[in-house]
Amino acid sequence: MEIHHNQAFSSHFKSPIETLRFITCGSVDDGKSTLIGRLFYDSGNIYEDQISALKTDSHLYGTQKDRLDYALLVDGLQSERQQGITIDVAYRYFHTGKRRYIVADTPGHEQYTRNMATAASTADVAVILVDARKGVLRQTLRHSRIVATMNCRHVVLAINKMDLIGFDQLTFDTLVKDYLAATKSLNFDSIYPLPLCSLDGDNILTPSPRTPWFHGKPLLAYLDSLSLSQKDLSVPFRMPVQYINRPHLDFRGYSGRVASGTLQAGDQVKVLPSGVTTRVRRVILGFDDVETVQAGDSVTVTFTDEIDASRGCVLVSPEDPPPVADQFQVTLIWMDQEPLHVGRPYILKIGTKETVGTISKINSIENIGADGDRTSRPQSGTPPERLQLNEIAQVTIKTDSPVVVEPFRKSRSLGGFILIDKMTYATVAAGMTQQVLSSPEGRDIHWHHLTINQKSRGEAKHQTPRCLWFTGLSGSGKSTIANLLEKRLFADHKHTYILDGDNLRYGINGDLGFSDADRTENVRRVAQVAKLMVDAGLIVLVSLIAPFRSDRQRARDLFGAKEFIEIYIETPLHICEERDPKGLYAKARRGALKNFTGIGSPYEPPLKPELAIDTRDQSPEECVDKILRHLRTL
Amino acid sequence: MDHLEAESIEIIREATATAQHPVMLYSIGKDSSVLLHLARKAFFPGKPPFPLLHIDTGWKFKAMYKHRSRMQAESGMTLIVYTNPHGVAEGISPFTHGSRYHTDIMKTQALKQALDVHGVDLAFGGARRDEEKSRAKERIFSFRTQGHRWEPGAQRPELWNLYNTHIRPGETIRVFPLSNWTELDIWHYIKQENIPVVPLYFAEERPVVHRGGQWLMVDDDRFPFRPGEKLENRRVRFRTLGCWPLSSAIESSAATIDALIEEVATTRFSERQGRLIDTDQPGSMEQKKQEGYF
Ligand SMILES: Nc1nc2c(ncn2[C@@H]2O[C@H](COP(=O)(O)OP(=O)(O)O)[C@@H](O)[C@H]2O)c(=O)[nH]1
Repeated sequence: MEIHHNQAFSSHFKSPIETLRFITCGSVDDGKSTLIGRLFYDSGNIYEDQISALKTDSHLYGTQKDRLDYALLVDGLQSERQQGITIDVAYRYFHTGKRRYIVADTPGHEQYTRNMATAASTADVAVILVDARKGVLRQTLRHSRIVATMNCRHVVLAINKMDLIGFDQLTFDTLVKDYLAATKSLNFDSIYPLPLCSLDGDNILTPSPRTPWFHGKPLLAYLDSLSLSQKDLSVPFRMPVQYINRPHLDFRGYSGRVASGTLQAGDQVKVLPSGVTTRVRRVILGFDDVETVQAGDSVTVTFTDEIDASRGCVLVSPEDPPPVADQFQVTLIWMDQEPLHVGRPYILKIGTKETVGTISKINSIENIGADGDRTSRPQSGTPPERLQLNEIAQVTIKTDSPVVVEPFRKSRSLGGFILIDKMTYATVAAGMTQQVLSSPEGRDIHWHHLTINQKSRGEAKHQTPRCLWFTGLSGSGKSTIANLLEKRLFADHKHTYILDGDNLRYGINGDLGFSDADRTENVRRVAQVAKLMVDAGLIVLVSLIAPFRSDRQRARDLFGAKEFIEIYIETPLHICEERDPKGLYAKARRGALKNFTGIGSPYEPPLKPELAIDTRDQSPEECVDKILRHLRTL
Repeated sequence: MDHLEAESIEIIREATATAQHPVMLYSIGKDSSVLLHLARKAFFPGKPPFPLLHIDTGWKFKAMYKHRSRMQAESGMTLIVYTNPHGVAEGISPFTHGSRYHTDIMKTQALKQALDVHGVDLAFGGARRDEEKSRAKERIFSFRTQGHRWEPGAQRPELWNLYNTHIRPGETIRVFPLSNWTELDIWHYIKQENIPVVPLYFAEERPVVHRGGQWLMVDDDRFPFRPGEKLENRRVRFRTLGCWPLSSAIESSAATIDALIEEVATTRFSERQGRLIDTDQPGSMEQKKQEGYF
């Protein structure tokens, strides 16, 4: 067993140097783990105690019998080591004399779209592995596609297992030609083809004598020499506000990481979405006041004016502000087992801002879904309503409040976002903004200039505000049904509120009794409160005996057509009296309760309610189903 | 280096902005020292708006306790020291109960108790991904279910620098701002920023005993000598610091930060070699993590 340990690399690393992040992609068994293990080993980033552990592991789990199985250097978790597969994104670190490297290693099996997109989101370069015997596969192209979607612009096309095709140049050249042709439309900035044998280390650290026809640099030398696009500092300044630093009354700082451009003390900045403009007083980097900061720096700034900015706002250059919009066209990668539903609200996080986002339309689904062959999804006729795990689609998204958003190719920070499920809090999607749709006449129209009315409030909640007015005798089942209905609406992400007659008598109606005049006033107040809530965009459920027809008519008159829905819970008096859940009927019969509706005071049933519900032969669930069915017809 | 610093500060601020009751785990070692320094930068001119939490096993080096007091005074932050009362009642010692049991009771269980007692929903830790193979898949925001269990399958994808910080009641998050740092980065940064660290990291003549191929330092009179073992003075230093009976020293002449960086850059052994708790059994770090160890 030869131990080849290159010391030259490590000892040069004495001063801080630049980091290059790359991702490795390939199908199962293309030799990814072997390649990474080999990279570490050959660059002298494997320690002796790890080698002795590797010897034990190779013996226990290895596929190489008597030889060291380099793949075991990187196969992390015990559970997957035994199954011989890798199941997630793993990040590994090594360095050469020139650079620090962060390798994001992703598995080649079914969950790959999600994992690969995650890994590619922070990568500068993608090393795409191809098994020389198999050539460019559909999977290879899918991997390339995902990498391109995430805006990772440099590719190393690593043709592995060259030993198994006798290091044949012709096969290599054909393969490279195939790949270049197939990925032309992806517009990579660079593609570097490389013949490899990971197992033996050919063309990894040193040029291989077995590929004399290949004149390029070996892998590590190539990565060391690759020049990354310099940060473009001429682009306009942007910084999402992450944290308000308020240690005492005399200091109010705005902390965040500069997303693009530069900022100097004295500069004017605009705060979006409010649009307020102010001037920078101090720029603090770490413990020091500095003149200038630039993209990538984590800073704290103070302003000359007392302005109102909070986490989620974006500080921008006033000369060239980004769009503020609530509708944009995006590429979406779905990452959850539970499919995406068009119309369902999700938490959308962009920069440091969280709001609610809804996919209003799936425009097209790309043909590179889950593993296996071509995904055939209906693309003509009605647009699709669902997006499955690992599918990539072009969709239109709408947010509850306007957000600062730029096209992804212009800005990773203000163009990339994630969607979070409101119930499970899982991260369900990654989005890349392609086009900002509604930013009316550009940049000067901000949210506080919009007329906000009942309609817009309702739309923001993805619902039509209504008043559902339950009437009926005491004990008829109004509250039970209203409560159950609210639960169902709530589960459907509706924004609701119950106004319950009994409960309101503790507060807003606490001064009222049960005389006819007080009953009328009671209904008037509840109706007015319901009106305000409907105006606020809510679906309000009123549960009130409201015995007099004229009072209910006055309530109805406050609302528009189809906004007020009277639901009569038609339970006959003798049944209510049998149920008598609060013992009130008994009390009234004893004469201990005056003016009790149905006994000492009349109840006038509605003549034309929108819905009449008989609770005698239906369960509360069935009653609620009936109401929901009615609502759907409106 | 600037990039690493800026990224870590961004993570610390993001976590703090979204948590209700954050704490920073402070273990007095080099990673904790860097983490504390970054936190102080992140909130300057204010103080970090969270307390430090030290899970004290009662077996830390004397020099570590001294350093802890110094840093507490210097940072002006609140320091919570927590020791598992059951462990104390049982008189747990790494010498008599073994490293595995000691670590479980005095570190893993103690940490869970402390987080529960103080109603913590987010805890910063100084772990790095390059430390150990099973850490390579750890997220920067790592989710723990009720009971503080780590389930590899339930972790969330982390895209760009967008962290999903939402949790349900009873769940907690551990945040690792140093995820992308290596041992060498830590030392470069300590040098660049002149960060105070425990002197045990630097070589000096120290009283040690040779046992099982390792150098153990005799930090106080609780060390149970075995027949034939004798105290020697050797020039040694520590690459990692934990409980003194569980941290083995390496022979070294690196007495300055430059010499130390040179040594770390050229060593042929990994940092974890000096930690006696990782090799109890195969995949042992992974198992400890699932049980709630940091
Ligand atoms: N002949 C040959 N076999 C290789 C080469 N690279 C990897 N392998 C073998 O291919 C198999 C799969 O490799 P592995 O690294 O585990 O693949 P992964 O699934 O992509 O991580 C293992 O048996 C390796 O030893 C190579 O260059 N030549």
